[in-house]
Amino acid sequence: MPPKRKPVNLSGDGTAPPIDTWWWLTHKGTTTSFLCISLFALLIRSAVSMFPYSGAGTPPKFGDFEAQRHWMEITTNLPPIDWYRNGTHNDLAYWGLDYPPLTAYQSYIHGILLRTFDPDSVSLLTSRGHESYHGNRAKSEVAWHIAMILLNPCLILIDHGHFQYNCISLGLTVGAIAAVLCGSEVLTCVFFTLALSHKQMSAYFAPAFFSHLLGKCLRRKNPVLSVLKLGIAVIVTFVVVWWPYLHSVDDLLMVLSRLAPFERGIYEDYVANFWCTTSILIKWKKLFTTPSLKSMSLAATVLASLPSMVQQILSPSNEGFLYGLLNSSMAFYLFSFQVHEKSILMPFLAATLLALKIPDHFNHLTYYALFSMFPLLCRDKLLLPYLTLHFLFTLIYHSPGTHITLPKTKTSSFSFTSFPGYVFLLRTHFFISVLLHVVYLTIQPPSKYPFLFEALIMILCFSYFVMFAIYTNYTQWNFSSHFRSADKEKKQI
Amino acid sequence: MDHRNNGDGRLLLWLFAVATSVKLLLIPSYRSTDFEVHRNWLAITHSLPLSQWYLDETSQWTLDYPPFFAYFERFLSFFAPLVDPKITDLHSGLGYAADSVVYFQRITAMASDLCLLLGVLRLTRKAEPLSRNLICVLVVLSPGLLIVDHVHFQYNGFLLGWLLLSVSFLQDGRDLVGGFLFAVVLCFKHLFAVAAPVYFVYLLRHYCWSGLATGLRRLLTLGAVVVAVFAAAFGPFIYNGQIQQVISRMFPFGRGLCHAYWAPNFWVFYIILDKGLAFSLRKLGVDVQVPSASFTGGLVGDSSPFAVLPQITPLTTFVMVLLALTPCLIKAWRKPQPGLVARWIAYAYTCGFLFGWHVHEKASLHFTIPLAIVAVQSLEDAKHYFLVSIVSCYSLFPLLYEPREYPIKVLLLLLHSMVMWLGFSAQYALKEKKEDGESKKSKFEIGCIEKSYLMGLVIVEIVSQFLHPYFLGDRFAFMPLMLISTYCAVGIMYSWVWQLKRILT
Repeated sequence: MPPKRKPVNLSGDGTAPPIDTWWWLTHKGTTTSFLCISLFALLIRSAVSMFPYSGAGTPPKFGDFEAQRHWMEITTNLPPIDWYRNGTHNDLAYWGLDYPPLTAYQSYIHGILLRTFDPDSVSLLTSRGHESYHGNRAKSEVAWHIAMILLNPCLILIDHGHFQYNCISLGLTVGAIAAVLCGSEVLTCVFFTLALSHKQMSAYFAPAFFSHLLGKCLRRKNPVLSVLKLGIAVIVTFVVVWWPYLHSVDDLLMVLSRLAPFERGIYEDYVANFWCTTSILIKWKKLFTTPSLKSMSLAATVLASLPSMVQQILSPSNEGFLYGLLNSSMAFYLFSFQVHEKSILMPFLAATLLALKIPDHFNHLTYYALFSMFPLLCRDKLLLPYLTLHFLFTLIYHSPGTHITLPKTKTSSFSFTSFPGYVFLLRTHFFISVLLHVVYLTIQPPSKYPFLFEALIMILCFSYFVMFAIYTNYTQWNFSSHFRSADKEKKQI
Repeated sequence: MDHRNNGDGRLLLWLFAVATSVKLLLIPSYRSTDFEVHRNWLAITHSLPLSQWYLDETSQWTLDYPPFFAYFERFLSFFAPLVDPKITDLHSGLGYAADSVVYFQRITAMASDLCLLLGVLRLTRKAEPLSRNLICVLVVLSPGLLIVDHVHFQYNGFLLGWLLLSVSFLQDGRDLVGGFLFAVVLCFKHLFAVAAPVYFVYLLRHYCWSGLATGLRRLLTLGAVVVAVFAAAFGPFIYNGQIQQVISRMFPFGRGLCHAYWAPNFWVFYIILDKGLAFSLRKLGVDVQVPSASFTGGLVGDSSPFAVLPQITPLTTFVMVLLALTPCLIKAWRKPQPGLVARWIAYAYTCGFLFGWHVHEKASLHFTIPLAIVAVQSLEDAKHYFLVSIVSCYSLFPLLYEPREYPIKVLLLLLHSMVMWLGFSAQYALKEKKEDGESKKSKFEIGCIEKSYLMGLVIVEIVSQFLHPYFLGDRFAFMPLMLISTYCAVGIMYSWVWQLKRILT
């Protein structure tokens, strides 16, 4: 249901048609307003790219920026089969490629572009640590070409500040979602396989896609045929993209082993997920071996995404699908192996698609998602963009003329607001987080616990994410009961 | 009615907040020498007594604005040492570019833009909401202002805010306050004096021309107010006997006719004509001396930088500006209407820009901002503003020559054009709905000639930015700049002629 805009009468006599504050932006149609908003989003992105990036000026390993540059160096100078192989020219210990082939092809294209402007930055071996401006510019130029309209502060900060190319795989995922909502399932499969082949993190959404499509197929006259059709689409796309690596099983395994670096352990740094947060009390790494932790995390992730999968298989619907995306990505974020703070982008993307349905919760989620990345961003000296983008996001969220008309979150029969003291709890939670921002920036942690503040931030964010996940799972589950009652009514009629 | 106005005020504040976030993100961008200039002024006003302000030469960036600006810097320098004492150190702060000073100065520029917002709020408080919002977007989010004030670094927003306040009082009919505020602006930056003839004529005719007794009394009050303002500014320096020094600092006519980047004004054509004539005459065998002086350097004795055409002196430019202003002054004398003041002032600054001595591209802000107020008044004004604001913003591009700011300036201009197009179309579509009975063709559309001129801008950009370096490399490095200046000068000349025609009809 689109939000009704409250009209503001411009002329005093009441005969003129009512116009609202943002009419001037939308009166020429959606495409024009989309273009206008995108221009603004691009402007913000190019401004953020001026800030320091991950690993700026810090030898010997630098950071993610150097990783991207190194991948361009490798892909433009070596044949594809060698991209994932350890060799004299390609030392995997120095930022080896650890994303699927589409990322490699993309680095190749950028590398070619960069070579025309600044050959020194991609020459094999001699260009390590090369930080010329042209390198920076070419990457941000391509990142904008594929930019989305969402002034998503998390995405902007990670892609344009810290530096990565999440935009591409997220864009492909959004394409896949759009295809689902339009009903073209083959296209969905193609897009999603491409997204998976760009960044393996897109697998966070796999259960939702799988369960929704399966649910839809089961309701057709010939379920086996539909499933087969989709399966073929997936396999064909996969083969096309992974072609250089399909000549032998060894090659394929080599790539796959780079994609899943199990040796890095179940968690790193202070990400707000289950394993890391509970590790304060239960020392997982000491109690269990890596293989058993792998199985445990797999089991936990599957269990956590099970309710939403079952719901979609039983009664697929578009809105349920969107919630399914949110739930499965949240489940992966909370329980998966080797999750990085940046992975909050996945559930966050799903949440942005649902922003109109749950505006209040979306607002809080943005705040906590950003907060969970706060230590990372501070390390990259992105404090000012963090604060500014947050401020800008809040401004746009509360833009005059719309905030009064966005419907308050539809209260389901179960709602946290019905709990006594909910508002007080929320406010205290928020207050503590604000305090933590200040504390983190000003006070030195005690030498016995150097990561005390990161741990506190992590606990706070984790508690919010868990509550949020419970709420969204419950909401999605409720869709089935609505459907079932609707079905019953149909039968009765 | 009040409630609606309050709501609209909120939208303006919101727009200002959005503009501030963009400005915050622009903090690490390129800073020109103007940044060091202002830091040096903070140091001078903080560390030295008043008697030394206009005499100090520790740094090459000596104080060359009138005293009110110096007092403003003094005020800011109260806060500077709290952030970092080295900012205001006269000697060790030279060229200081640490994060502390960058953040401090940039934030003072953002804060001083509140003055601009105040000016817009006051000026538009009786306007229709859509017009009001549009003016706010055009002024507060003006790409030229963002580029000059928040990247290149200056305090124009603050100064233009005072000017807008003055215009708002004149429009309300409160001439004394308007005149007072204008005198204040003059004491902040003397460049604003180009509009002084307009103010003088208007105030004389509108305020002082009502019967002998009241007229004389008003004239005396006005005179007293202006003198008081000037006394507050220059008084201490007259007392110290330094007034000569102050004046020579404010008017450094040692500089050449053109700024190094060739502002897109009338003199560009004059120079090109001169060079062209010299070239063709030489080909025809006439002995034409190569001039020893250059256009951008100072006046070297009697020698002229022009080979064929007569020399231009500061006096010539002064006379030409006055001549260009005359039709406007005559109109103002005959029929002084408060509603037309903004138009006349914009026209005055256009003339000053086109015919003045050592004009900088940044001066185009002085007429684009007042024109924004006029732009919402009619369809023709809107179309004209669309063209002139794009051209003047584009002429500012050479100021940001580093590749890092390239996407930002291009996107600012594109976004501004799009917002203007949407805003003006919305405003006139609305008007069309209201006048449903008459079949008025009042849609916001750009004419063919204007469209092709704007397309030409894109071509100029491609040539100067991509084709020239690709084909010619470093040779003829002045060509792109000359191309941009000339092309923009055509647009600005057109604007001048259009404005003149509009004023006369």
